[in-house]
Amino acid sequence: MPKVKPHRTKPSLDMTPMVDLAFLLVTFFMLTTKFSPEEVVVVDTPTSISEVKQPESDLITISVDKSKRVFIAIDGQNAKRTALEAMRVKYAQPKYSPEQIKDFVLMTSFGMPMNRLGQFLAESSESRKATQQPGIPLDSLDNQLGDWILNARLANPNVKAAIKGDNDADASTMQRIIQALQDKKVNRFYLVTDMENKPI
Amino acid sequence: MAEIQEKGGGGKKKGPKKNSTKIDMTPMVDLAFLLLTFFMLTTTFSKPNVMQISMPVPPETEEEQPPLKASNALTVILGPNNKVFYYDGLVREGEALPELITTDYSDKGIRKHLRERNTNPKLFVMIKPLKEARYKNMVDILDEMSITNTGAYALIKDFTPDEKKFIKEKTGIDVVAAGTGAAAPAAAAPTEAPAQ
Repeated sequence: MPKVKPHRTKPSLDMTPMVDLAFLLVTFFMLTTKFSPEEVVVVDTPTSISEVKQPESDLITISVDKSKRVFIAIDGQNAKRTALEAMRVKYAQPKYSPEQIKDFVLMTSFGMPMNRLGQFLAESSESRKATQQPGIPLDSLDNQLGDWILNARLANPNVKAAIKGDNDADASTMQRIIQALQDKKVNRFYLVTDMENKPI
Repeated sequence: MAEIQEKGGGGKKKGPKKNSTKIDMTPMVDLAFLLLTFFMLTTTFSKPNVMQISMPVPPETEEEQPPLKASNALTVILGPNNKVFYYDGLVREGEALPELITTDYSDKGIRKHLRERNTNPKLFVMIKPLKEARYKNMVDILDEMSITNTGAYALIKDFTPDEKKFIKEKTGIDVVAAGTGAAAPAAAAPTEAPAQ
């Protein structure tokens, strides 16, 4: 009977194809990734059967969370800067420092009334995160949302509006937002929704 | 770190050293997978869907609108607690009152009626959210419009006084249209912890 020789060589595996694939995927994800913006407001959107995708850029997103706070996000750094300056002049606020403007431009969505925006921008980013933002006022006496929409449109005429509301936001707030949009001659806009299967 | 490891120890052997040309690739592969995981988790692929809404442009002048025929009208009222009320025709003084039906947003509810009425190509649906309606209800009803291929509809704020009285009689709900009256205190005292 022949003796069974034990293997001397280490069990080794050629990992090259796996590594190739791993790097291929890394490259792919690195090139395609677009970091999801940090959301200051949690919005659980309703579903619809619509298959239209949200446009990539030039969008004003008006978010409404379930406690009816209104937030706005403006795409485009230049448009944001111009809109902020116009709003500052309109609401007679003291001039913002370059740091404040830079922080504002880098913020995604915000829900601060104009009289508190400057102070909010002066805070550190950690304390900003901890601040409970009250939302942008939009009643008929103090319609700052309308002014933001107007100034964002003046800064970038191609801008489109999208409303991103929470399931539990109420119809009143929505009607007010729609009214604010219509007052500024925005009669076409988007409602952001999640996907739902089309019933037969 | 990354240099090729040579055999240590006092080399007593003569002749050319036989260095292994293999590099330990484990750290590199670790890093590659770490990056892969990171990018896979942070990337956002699916962009949200959007519904496109076109509101009717408010007329500049008070010109006479062509009156809507009662046979072409359907009014849908979005009520509280995910209820929806609808009636065919119009509420006008001195005319027989239509029947007000309460239903829900399921496929056997409002959709069935919309499909029935949809055979009339001139159908015009007036959607009137009450103050108690949720945003989900608004999206649901707009979605029903696209599911049933109803082309002509509008979100309407105003209730006529007759209509208010009619709904109050039938359902006992005080009609306050969404978006009218005093503004709700927008999160004057938010009870929840700040988001994130």
